[in-house]
Amino acid sequence: MPEGHDTIFRTLADPTRRALFERLCREGEQTVGALTTYAGVSQPAVSKHLGVLRQAGLVRDRHEGRQTHYSARPGALAPLVDWTRRMAGFWEDRFDALEDLLNRMDQ
Amino acid sequence: MNLAAAETRTVVVERDMPHPPERIWRALTQPHLIAEWLMKNDFEPAVGHRFNLSGEWGGVLDCEVLAVEPGKTLAYTWNFAHEDEAYDLRSVVTFTLAPTAGGTRLRVEQAGFRPQQRQAYGGARAGWQQFLERLEHVVARAG
Repeated sequence: MPEGHDTIFRTLADPTRRALFERLCREGEQTVGALTTYAGVSQPAVSKHLGVLRQAGLVRDRHEGRQTHYSARPGALAPLVDWTRRMAGFWEDRFDALEDLLNRMDQ
Repeated sequence: MNLAAAETRTVVVERDMPHPPERIWRALTQPHLIAEWLMKNDFEPAVGHRFNLSGEWGGVLDCEVLAVEPGKTLAYTWNFAHEDEAYDLRSVVTFTLAPTAGGTRLRVEQAGFRPQQRQAYGGARAGWQQFLERLEHVVARAG
């Protein structure tokens, strides 16, 4: 697995970070304050987690006055599904061959 | 969840087939039939049986039967030993057959993981599979 995958997996292996990321995917852009309300951990902890997510390329931040707004970058997940896509393609091909066989078994 | 859990990867493919589960089960468990759609093999439907799947590319997979529930579930390891970690694969393939109105829904799940994290695999699996499935939806929507 390329290094980028490891970073993404490591980053999302933490349940709090995963919950923050999922919330951003679901609800769109949020302030740190709004995210803290739901995170169940302190604001500094939320900020730290968001920093890790940002370093992994999973979220982006936008400063507006004294507020920092965060939003998800779901495109960063694309490398993760590569292995899945490759193996899914393999099994789809095998299933095609299996169906050919099953049809011949009919006869 | 720890780091080891994060290394697992799972792929699921499902297909509705207009054939009864019994016929599909034969195709999944009889060596000469397996050879026709998957790979040459010395498979036997007995838990603990070790066998090889030989690919047309010359590669040989080391397999061990983990579960046999006739007409319903078949699981075996799907390992490809390689000195280079990038090519080394340890995984488990599970076939599940469910009867439908028009035949059978066949599902294959392949869960792969790195050798050094093998022992952590069992507990890690359920959570990550669900999570990756959700990720796929997220990626699909974002795409």
